[in-house]
Amino acid sequence: MDFNFTEEQQMIRQAARDYAERELIKDVLERDEKAEMPLHHVKNLVELGFFGMMVDPQWGGGGMDTLSYVLAMEELSKADAATSVILSVHNSLVCYGIEKYGDDFQKEKYLRPLARGEKIGAFLLSEPEAGSDATSQKTTGEDKGDHYLVNGTKNWISSARLGSVYLLIVQTHPEKKHHGINVLIVDKDTPGITLAPHENKMGMRSSDTHSVMFSDVKVPKENRIGEDGFGFRFAMKALEGGRIGIAAQATGIAAGAMERAIQYSKERKAFGKLISEHQAIAFKLADMAVKVEAAKNFVYKAAWLKDNNLPYGLASAMAKQYAADIAMEVTTEAVQVLGGYGYVKEYHVERLMREAKLTQIYEGTSEIQKIVISRAILKD
Amino acid sequence: MKILVCISNVPDTTTKIRFTDNNTAFDSTGVQWIINPWDELALTRALELKESPGGKIEKITVINVGPQGSEPTIRKALAIGADDAVRIDATPEDAYAVASNLAAYLKDNPYDIILCGIDSSDYNGSLVGGMLAEFLQLPSVSSVSKLDIEGETIKMNREIDGGTEVITTPVPFVAIVQKGIAFEPRIPSMRGIMMARQKSLNVVPAAGEEALTGFVSFELPPAKAACKMVDAENISELVDLLHNEAKVI
Repeated sequence: MDFNFTEEQQMIRQAARDYAERELIKDVLERDEKAEMPLHHVKNLVELGFFGMMVDPQWGGGGMDTLSYVLAMEELSKADAATSVILSVHNSLVCYGIEKYGDDFQKEKYLRPLARGEKIGAFLLSEPEAGSDATSQKTTGEDKGDHYLVNGTKNWISSARLGSVYLLIVQTHPEKKHHGINVLIVDKDTPGITLAPHENKMGMRSSDTHSVMFSDVKVPKENRIGEDGFGFRFAMKALEGGRIGIAAQATGIAAGAMERAIQYSKERKAFGKLISEHQAIAFKLADMAVKVEAAKNFVYKAAWLKDNNLPYGLASAMAKQYAADIAMEVTTEAVQVLGGYGYVKEYHVERLMREAKLTQIYEGTSEIQKIVISRAILKD
Repeated sequence: MKILVCISNVPDTTTKIRFTDNNTAFDSTGVQWIINPWDELALTRALELKESPGGKIEKITVINVGPQGSEPTIRKALAIGADDAVRIDATPEDAYAVASNLAAYLKDNPYDIILCGIDSSDYNGSLVGGMLAEFLQLPSVSSVSKLDIEGETIKMNREIDGGTEVITTPVPFVAIVQKGIAFEPRIPSMRGIMMARQKSLNVVPAAGEEALTGFVSFELPPAKAACKMVDAENISELVDLLHNEAKVI
């Protein structure tokens, strides 16, 4: 086993860390407060090549491996998970989905601009009544010969406004249940698409989340990915990879909160000594370090499996569930270490705690991960 | 015109400094190495000059005197945007040896503008740039905080007591740069990081002179003593402490 990162991987991690520490952190509190999209950061991260970083250079991407990507996700998330989620959806769901399963026409038309970051991607699966239960899609795509006529509503869509290439999951043959589901590539400016107002969220407030309504939206058949009825499998496959990105994000949130708690504990005195010298605090920090280290190992292993073309569905579910759960624990304890300061916005840890909560919910709740994990271990 | 940027491989500026072998050697265990910050700013300015519209810079080379262990730092400079790199294979024992090695290489490989950071953040010698210019019999300008190319003319600002000098010099020359030369170092792009592998990093044998000086031992500054508060009313106690304990009066 080789636990060393390559020189490139280290350089990518450092580049992401530098950007997070120099730029993201500067206005993260203000963006969080005002629920303002990180437009200039997206532009800068596009210029640095983080959007489309794993896409084959043949299609204009960076040709980086998954391990490089998770290191970047981790570092950016230490400072600002609302910005890193835009990157995660774009790279691990949209770019990956089209690159892996799309045809050359779709890659030329959609993947190429996505790989260069000229367009941003969004993934439209959840519905008002279909979150974890992704088989019960109510959004329909009626087969009209050369196109699908789409009607319905998608909920909780990250980057719905910022993004312009939608991967849309629709039910095209309701009688076939989940075998009748398809995935369509949809240009956001197609007539008939309306966005509801920005959701007023608890955390990740700077990432734009909307409901998206489809009313008689015509989507050409050539925009369907894969064979008729491939949509549900596509969504499950894309989410398998997406979970690695969210697991890396959760690990970064936890690590960011831990670093702030460690730093504070070495500055703040109580009862005549630094609080880091009180066992009550030192042990909390030790617990955090163990959890963060374990989460990193989960995430890197899942990324490594994917990079080596080995099955990674179980590993990514474990990584996502564990990292999201410890992100919640570690950020909560970090707030405790900082005490009153931790509860005040300018010290960042309360924001990280609010961000951590979402990692237990999106791209498969922690409970859904347990379904995936238990089914895998009980098989045979 | 061609620019050469001399770079040092130094410990990250937040490194906790420790020594080994009876305080005669720097303990590099677990140290993260970086491009010396002033050298990185010099490289940033070189890139800005190359990218400016109508720019006259055809090539930027970075050069380092160091062992193989310096190569990750050199490749970072390539990832940031230098066109190629040279490593003179020698341990940088002192400023004289470093400058003479650089000079030996430059005699056969001339550059128009040679940039050095004002000092390296590890040993703070502030000597290499000046020595290099002497070895090569080139003009050198120290403490440069601004460097522009206007037509055929090079213009540099030099910080002096209470003001600024504006200096011009024909090429080739050595500029020893400091704060102000560029705003902040660049973050390498993904493309830059991938391309760094394909750029040339030429390793040449040392052809300079031996070091003139050597380290005997290092000492860490004494740990900061705790601060003692004296009540504002209690002048006699303050005088007593300053006289008997601090021994300053």
